[in-house]
Amino acid sequence: MSEKMKAEALRCWFGKSPALKGVSMPVVAEKVTAIIGPSGCGKSTFIRCLNRMHELVPGARVEGRVLLDGADIYGNGVDPVRVRRRVGMVFQKPNPFPTMSIRDNVLAGPRLNGLSVPDAEELVERTLRRVALWDEVKDVLGRSGTSLSGGQQQRLCIARAIALEPEVVLMDEPCSALDPIATAKVEELIHELGERYTIVIVTHNMQQAARVSHYTAFFYLGELVEYTDTNSLFTKPSDSRTEDYITGRFG
Amino acid sequence: MKRHTDREYEAELSSLRERVLLMGAKVEEMIQASIRALVERDSALAQAMIEFDHQINRLELETDELCMRVLAKRQPVASDLRFITIALKLVTDLERCGDLAVNICERVLELNEEPPMRSNQGMLLMATAAESMIHDALDAFVQGDPERAQQVIARDKVVNDQYTEMVRGLLTYMMEDPRNIYRATRLQSIGKYLERIGDHATNVAEMVVFMVKGKDIRHLGSRGA
Repeated sequence: MSEKMKAEALRCWFGKSPALKGVSMPVVAEKVTAIIGPSGCGKSTFIRCLNRMHELVPGARVEGRVLLDGADIYGNGVDPVRVRRRVGMVFQKPNPFPTMSIRDNVLAGPRLNGLSVPDAEELVERTLRRVALWDEVKDVLGRSGTSLSGGQQQRLCIARAIALEPEVVLMDEPCSALDPIATAKVEELIHELGERYTIVIVTHNMQQAARVSHYTAFFYLGELVEYTDTNSLFTKPSDSRTEDYITGRFG
Repeated sequence: MKRHTDREYEAELSSLRERVLLMGAKVEEMIQASIRALVERDSALAQAMIEFDHQINRLELETDELCMRVLAKRQPVASDLRFITIALKLVTDLERCGDLAVNICERVLELNEEPPMRSNQGMLLMATAAESMIHDALDAFVQGDPERAQQVIARDKVVNDQYTEMVRGLLTYMMEDPRNIYRATRLQSIGKYLERIGDHATNVAEMVVFMVKGKDIRHLGSRGA
């Protein structure tokens, strides 16, 4: 078990209000890590710090270190765009580029990053197969990405993220806008991708965290309360705040 | 422990706890009565207890159904999950204790057809020990008290030793006079049933330790490293 990423005493703020109060935890390579916690606990902020997206918010500030393969992504001279190419992100609401076809959505990442794509058709097919969307869309690749169902759109967004061959994929509530069947397909996909990529998923759905992840972190009020393997966290959490939250004894 | 935000869930869990306890209380009552039927040679009481077992069986079915419902609707985790899985297993042990009490009563009915044998002090001691193990294991369950449960587990050896001692005594009777064999083998069976009740109490106590601490203490010798 190797650490792909590692947060060290990570603190961050929106203006003056603190969002993370010193979080240290590893992200294990080629495993799925789930972040759970109530609204406002800092879980989305945390993953946004993992690919330097947090700093895009005006007034946002970050302290501490985030290591990617041992090197601090907040170090001097590190290009945030390069970081984001290695650490991709999938958002809550499926957001395919509306003016682009399905094919162009897949190719958008490499193209926008100015990478040459020697065999575009091969990349499109390989990527869409990897997200289990190929059979459903192979005959309509020229259609707009927004013509697909919500679940298909989300898998297209995952395809767009992995077309760049990132090393880490961050997912912020990727299923919260999807119906149960589409959710099951995306979860199946996360499970498969987890064998190849390092995945960090933020979810409000605790059963989802229990189903898809190998490791789970529970955040509360900007602090990391507990981080352990998922089996232990859901059968025998060690902190009483985790116990109260996952059993529904909060508030 | 704090209460659930969802009151209906909280009520389901309390109802489950109450049902398991009710079942436990009825099983204790059955064990006591079956031994009283033996000592007092009361066939009517033995017969009544054989009938009484239906109530235990019904409670087992109701508890299983309630557990299924909670599992399906609530997807319990952590201590709730441990409590519910333990309740599911615990009622099986309790139901077996009820069956063993029925077996005792069946042997009592057979013995009461025969002239009395010398009173067996060892049997009473054993019955008290086994019955108190069930009682204390259930108390430990209610109070979530792993130390109390550990004490129950330690007492299983006492009952086992009492049984060995009793069998030795019965063998002597049988050797003295072959006419004792029919009754002595019945008494030996009753002793075995009590010893099994002690084993079930031990199972319950082990589950209580797991429920509270989340640590499985069963079959410690048979785990891979």
